[in-house]
Amino acid sequence: MAPHASRLTDNAVAIRDLVRGFNGRTVLDGIDLDIRRGEFVALLGRSGSGKSTLLRALADLDHDVVGTGRLEAPVNKSVVFQDARLLPWKRVLDNVILGLSDAGAAARGTSALAEVGLAGRETAWPVELSGGEQQRVALARSLVRDPALLLADEPFGALDALTRLRMHDLLRQLCARHQPAVLLVTHDVDEAISLADRVLVLEEGRIISDIAIELPEPRDHGDPQFARIRADLLARLGVH
Amino acid sequence: MSAFYADTGTAPKTARIARKPIASGALVDQRARSRRLGPGKEIPYAGLLGPALLIAFWTLGSATGFIDQRTLSAPWTVGVTAVDLIADGRLQSNLITSAWRAIQGLAFGIVIGTVLALVSGLSRWGEAIIDGPIQIKRAVPTLALIPLLILWFGIGEGMKVTVITLSVIIPIYIHTHNGLRSIDNRYVELAETLRMGHTEFIRQVVLPGALPGFLLGLRFAVTAAYLSLVVVEQINATSGLGYMIELARTYGQTSIILVGLVVYAILGLASDGIVKLIAKRTLSWRRTLAD
Ligand SMILES: Nc1ncnc2c1ncn2[C@@H]1O[C@H](COP(=O)(O)OP(=O)(O)O)[C@@H](O)[C@H]1O
Ligand SMILES: [Mg+2]
Repeated sequence: MAPHASRLTDNAVAIRDLVRGFNGRTVLDGIDLDIRRGEFVALLGRSGSGKSTLLRALADLDHDVVGTGRLEAPVNKSVVFQDARLLPWKRVLDNVILGLSDAGAAARGTSALAEVGLAGRETAWPVELSGGEQQRVALARSLVRDPALLLADEPFGALDALTRLRMHDLLRQLCARHQPAVLLVTHDVDEAISLADRVLVLEEGRIISDIAIELPEPRDHGDPQFARIRADLLARLGVH
Repeated sequence: MSAFYADTGTAPKTARIARKPIASGALVDQRARSRRLGPGKEIPYAGLLGPALLIAFWTLGSATGFIDQRTLSAPWTVGVTAVDLIADGRLQSNLITSAWRAIQGLAFGIVIGTVLALVSGLSRWGEAIIDGPIQIKRAVPTLALIPLLILWFGIGEGMKVTVITLSVIIPIYIHTHNGLRSIDNRYVELAETLRMGHTEFIRQVVLPGALPGFLLGLRFAVTAAYLSLVVVEQINATSGLGYMIELARTYGQTSIILVGLVVYAILGLASDGIVKLIAKRTLSWRRTLAD
């Protein structure tokens, strides 16, 4: 992994010339990326373009992948997966504070659950929750650690449209309060525009666009400027 | 995965009456509906129904003379014999001896089998060293080892408990090991992203994840323990249920043999019930077809 002796930048994430490949095929082909502290970055790209590979590199989940390049990310980071990934044999609160052993963990876990709107569900089993509720528990689990970087790989991809919109509101609130740097992988262009400060498009292992979104909050999907950015991004993704 | 329905979903059936205030609730059918594809609702005391039918058949057959008394004593003869055996203390003392052997064998077997499964499931080296011999042992029936074990340990309690232990180790090992190895890799990733230590990973993820496998192994282990118990008590024993049955055979006392068999059956059912109860308690997080 990247040496920490001399830091590249003062940013939360710094990536230089990152290359990753599987079985001789290059998947990430020289990625350069900085994410400022507290910045919300969305990563778009077609299926198979290497989004998850990039996110997994940042999450230290790619020990057995060959690759080169420099990568700096805070130690204190959390990952939200597409599936909520709750341990089915642990009750909701125990899932939230999984791996924390300090005295205040349970209290912080309870308030994290309240933040995601699940107060009172501490002792439920994961199977007793709906998909959206499970994903909210996963959010609580990642935020209770107060991460400097939040990595999320299509976290709402398995949810229905209505639940997804509510999750967007929730994520927006949580990010405003906790101020982590965020890298959100998504295939939903509207999701990217309505949440992010910056939207990246990944194609064939390279970042081909890096667009700052300067729309006022709350962002209205019907706003003509929103629509223009959407059309632009869809064109870059090769969808018309 | 069971639950990907919307947070706010409205059941399609209520759509037609959606204009009515939900609070009135008059049109909502309050009866619990059973699943259409699952096996249906649990029947109370279902486990006792089959045995009760068997006993009824036995009683009826004996009363009508359909079952010959010399082949199979009537239930009431067996009852009287049981009362006699209890009155002179033979049944209790033999039962305690047998139960103690089974418990010791089970205890040693469970501990050894679990430890071996953990070592072999959690380290490649452990697996390389342990798994082969266990598979070889599995191929040789424990009962075939009895002659060798008699030469090594004599015919005392040590040999008997060893035979039971050996027969318990195998199912515990196989199923626990399998449970460990089939823990979803996604949970391993999760533990890594949460920066769990090794000990904590084992405590929070590995052990609970392997528990269903272990409990399945335990059910097989209990059966294996009784099988071995019966065999070791019918060779070279001077006490225990098996000995009581074997002695009755030499005197042609069918009813004592039957008392012994009934006690075996009760022991087997009771311990299986206990294992099932443990499983129900510890696996309450699961939703399966059986619930
Ligand atoms: N563990 C792996 N082994 C082999 N190939 C992989 C592996 N993970 C991903 N790939 C390949 O790398 C490419 C990029 O995958 P991924 O990063 O998951 O794409 P995305 O998340 O953008 O859909 C795909 O072609 C995929 O088949
Ligand atoms: Mg992906």
